[in-house]
Amino acid sequence: MEPSLFRYIFRYSRPQQILLLIFTAASFPFLYLTLELPKIIINKAIASSEFPRTFFGFTFEQVEYLLLLCFAFLGLVLVNGGFKYWINVFKGQLGERMLRRLRYQLYSRVLRFPLPQFRRVSQGEIIAMITTEGEPLGGFFGDAFAWPAFQGGTLLTILTFMFVQDWILGLAAIALYPIQIYVIPKLQRRVNALAKERVRTVRKLSERIGESVTGIQEIHANDTSELERADFANRVGRIYDIRYKIYRLKFFIKFLNNFLAQLTPFFFYSIGGYLVITSDLTFGALVAILAAYKDLSGPWKELLRYYQMKEDARIKYEQLVEQFQPAGILDEELQSEEPEDIPDLEGTVIATNLVLEEEGGIKVVDGATFSFDARERTAILGASGAGRSALARILARLLIPTGGTIRIGGHNLLALPQSVTGRRIAYVDENAFLFAGTVLDNLFYGLKHRPLRAAELIEDEARKARNRYVSEARASGNTISDFDADWVDYESAGVSNPEELRERVIEVLRVVEFDDAIYRMGLQSTSDPVARPDLAGRILEAREVLHKRLNADENLSRLVEPFEEDRYNENLSVAENLLFGTPIGDAFDLDRLGENAYVLEVLEKAGLTRKILETGGSLAGIMVELFQDLPADHEYFERFSFISADEITEFQHVVRRTESAGLDGLEQAERSMLMSLPFKLIPARHRLGLIDDDLRDRLRKARKVFEDNLPASLRPSVAFFDRSEYNAAASVQDNILFGRLVYGRQQSEQMVGALISEVVDSLDLRRSILDLGLNASVGIGGGRLTVGQRQRLALARCLLKCPDILVVNGGLSALAPATQTSIMKGVFDELAGRGVIWVLNRADQARFFDRALIMEGGRIRENGRVSELDQPGGVLERMAAAE
Amino acid sequence: MDFNEAVQVLRRIPIFSKLDPAKLKLLAFASDYLTYDDGEVLFKEGDLPDSAYIVDEGEVIICAGGDDGTCDVVVGTLGRHDLFGEMAIFRNAPRVATIRARGPVSVMRIDGDMFIRLVTENPDTALGVMRMLSDKIARTTERFELVEEQVRSMQSVADSAHPCAPARIEKP
Repeated sequence: MEPSLFRYIFRYSRPQQILLLIFTAASFPFLYLTLELPKIIINKAIASSEFPRTFFGFTFEQVEYLLLLCFAFLGLVLVNGGFKYWINVFKGQLGERMLRRLRYQLYSRVLRFPLPQFRRVSQGEIIAMITTEGEPLGGFFGDAFAWPAFQGGTLLTILTFMFVQDWILGLAAIALYPIQIYVIPKLQRRVNALAKERVRTVRKLSERIGESVTGIQEIHANDTSELERADFANRVGRIYDIRYKIYRLKFFIKFLNNFLAQLTPFFFYSIGGYLVITSDLTFGALVAILAAYKDLSGPWKELLRYYQMKEDARIKYEQLVEQFQPAGILDEELQSEEPEDIPDLEGTVIATNLVLEEEGGIKVVDGATFSFDARERTAILGASGAGRSALARILARLLIPTGGTIRIGGHNLLALPQSVTGRRIAYVDENAFLFAGTVLDNLFYGLKHRPLRAAELIEDEARKARNRYVSEARASGNTISDFDADWVDYESAGVSNPEELRERVIEVLRVVEFDDAIYRMGLQSTSDPVARPDLAGRILEAREVLHKRLNADENLSRLVEPFEEDRYNENLSVAENLLFGTPIGDAFDLDRLGENAYVLEVLEKAGLTRKILETGGSLAGIMVELFQDLPADHEYFERFSFISADEITEFQHVVRRTESAGLDGLEQAERSMLMSLPFKLIPARHRLGLIDDDLRDRLRKARKVFEDNLPASLRPSVAFFDRSEYNAAASVQDNILFGRLVYGRQQSEQMVGALISEVVDSLDLRRSILDLGLNASVGIGGGRLTVGQRQRLALARCLLKCPDILVVNGGLSALAPATQTSIMKGVFDELAGRGVIWVLNRADQARFFDRALIMEGGRIRENGRVSELDQPGGVLERMAAAE
Repeated sequence: MDFNEAVQVLRRIPIFSKLDPAKLKLLAFASDYLTYDDGEVLFKEGDLPDSAYIVDEGEVIICAGGDDGTCDVVVGTLGRHDLFGEMAIFRNAPRVATIRARGPVSVMRIDGDMFIRLVTENPDTALGVMRMLSDKIARTTERFELVEEQVRSMQSVADSAHPCAPARIEKP
């Protein structure tokens, strides 16, 4: 990147800057005329009497002439405003394009950083640099040349005028300029040094915030929040100090400048006055010069302001660019080049004297020389820290060794573009990363290298928008690849269309033994019946089949209590029994149903208010008795209590009041406290005997009242349980089950799960449910999956792209050894005839491989066929024994 | 069994007999009430323990051996109001036996953490536990002596059989 700000601006916006200068220059005459015309209007149209006048061959009377001039003035004002508007818009556009270009370039460079760089510079810093630090530069790009030219031009015009009037006073007007030009940059230099420090400190601050977020668990676990707060306070204190110093200096510069500017009129009054008295200068000239000087100070101040702004921008730019030139940054060609034919990586892998030296001269890999056939299954073994992980990364071309060569077949691995290494080699790490999106998005991630099929733009409007986007992207030096195009490279996955790819996805998921989990995720997802009416219909069918099966088998029917409109459901809470549906949104939040105005109205209508109040009173009594002696932070409050620890004192009071004054003696607030309690009761679970048959019966009737009187505005807030309708707010599983598992049966979940699975298979629904699972979100960074699930998915992603060589660097470490082995064998079958390089944590797994590379202290200690190394008393046996 | 019955059942368990009534009620409230059909497994040998159980109705059998929960040897049976599964919680070690329902069974399941907490927070209960454990040791010792006796008598039978042995081994 350009080391200096002005070179950067010049390189990328030369024509625009020149255009801007031309327009600025072109605006001067009009500006001048706007100032001149009023004088003419006063002197020649209003105060004159020489009429009629001839103008361009036309004759004008005084009033006509006045009107002509006034309209000319109006026209000039418009032209002037037009110039200003156009110049400002142009400057804004220029600035924004440059900012877009700068950010794009910085981000592109981040993508080319060598991996070890990310240990030196934190995520927080990078984000702050690209987003916030770049922002103020945007404003400067447009002003860089035009502003000083404009202000300088104005200054020069006025100065010329002054020198023409009287060269001595002209000199006097600029007499102090040399002092200002000398002193102010000196002061500014101190501001600059502080500004640099400010940038660094703010960066560290963002780094620290980022760290606190990542390490929040440690902060809680170690009670170090005060330490962190102190650290933070320290840093913002430091920033405050710096900024305060900057303010003081800045305003001091302003003060000094103002003072010097006012010193000049002092000379005018004293020297000029003396000259007028001695009659060396006319009075009129002095007044004119004084007026001109007043105009002079404006542009001069602006120039000074520009100078400060420029310095600020320069420092920001330099500080920014400096961070984006790390040693060992990848060549741009490695990412941009795409050969016509992506060569297969086969033949012999030959590494000669590989060295990977880290900061401080530690050699992680130290003179490794080895060779093996790229199609072999090669295990890399060694103690942790022996360099096996670094070697795996070098083989995947993620790390560039500091010395030595590595060739695969006829290719120099280190010089191959990523379009070859990223497609022919697959790599999966212990910390396999997933991007926010669906399971499928993540699986396809390894197939999206270039936009392959343009998105279909049917509407004219969309096509125009796309064209606009492309031309803008070009103007800012951004890529014009369409993010919305179809990027999926079916061919490299060995299939020819989306349907086949889906089949392939299921296959690879089976290899990593993840298909069941995806099926379960599908069961837990919701499906939109409007978008997929067919699926909804089949799920309803599954519901009927399931219930038929349940009814047919007494053992099974005991495990599920179906939702029946005319029966009270013992395994649902009172709230759920009343609502008898799934709440949508917050209007009927089940936890707060007792406070809902409509619900209270329904209870009143159903004559239930008194009964619920009584039940609430008894329940409060029990809760207070059970929980009042527990310390407030006791976990049982959270787990079992209907009353939170904060409320217990209040409830104690209400219970005492009920005993003394009866339920009727309670105040409204106390009554509503009691009213809200019974809603959480589930008879089958709590067994408190508080819900008697009478209450059941009345609640069942209230359910009907609730539905029949529901105002239209609340209708979208609940999806009622209806045997014949698909419930869009509930999961697929709940839709099929249409009931609740009963409490108190340990095996119910497992048995009913198996039954659902059977029904799903009998109706050929598994595939659709798998699709729902594939479209489930994995959360930010894959956070909704476990580490093991993330690892499986990352491995499946590798398999999907049919690599020539698969490098697995501890990529299944979170799984049980038996599962690891079983998946490993599946992977071998899947990639038969292709190379697999696997970093093993356990030497006993080496027997599944053809070859083993054993590392020690960064060197290759053994490189041989497993059949030879795995002899009794051999090195593998000793390693396995040591584990 | 509703809440009040559960309280009564708990009160009858010796180690809880000294427990404060409110605590006892809390225990009853926080416990699950489970039912099992004939042959269903409550827990398997080798499982990590998370709860203790009290039989409410029916019978369970204690099985030893059999990896997958099959019952090789029935070691004993437990009936109404018997407490079981608490040893593994005290030891915080895997289950040493498999428990299976014989006929329909209903049990109360007490959360392991809660069980430990009640015992450690309450000296009277702790004493109850010590008494119960001592009883168990005494019973086990008794049985051990019995078994030892049997072994010794079998040994003597084996010893007495010894002289004949060479005669059988000798080939004609």
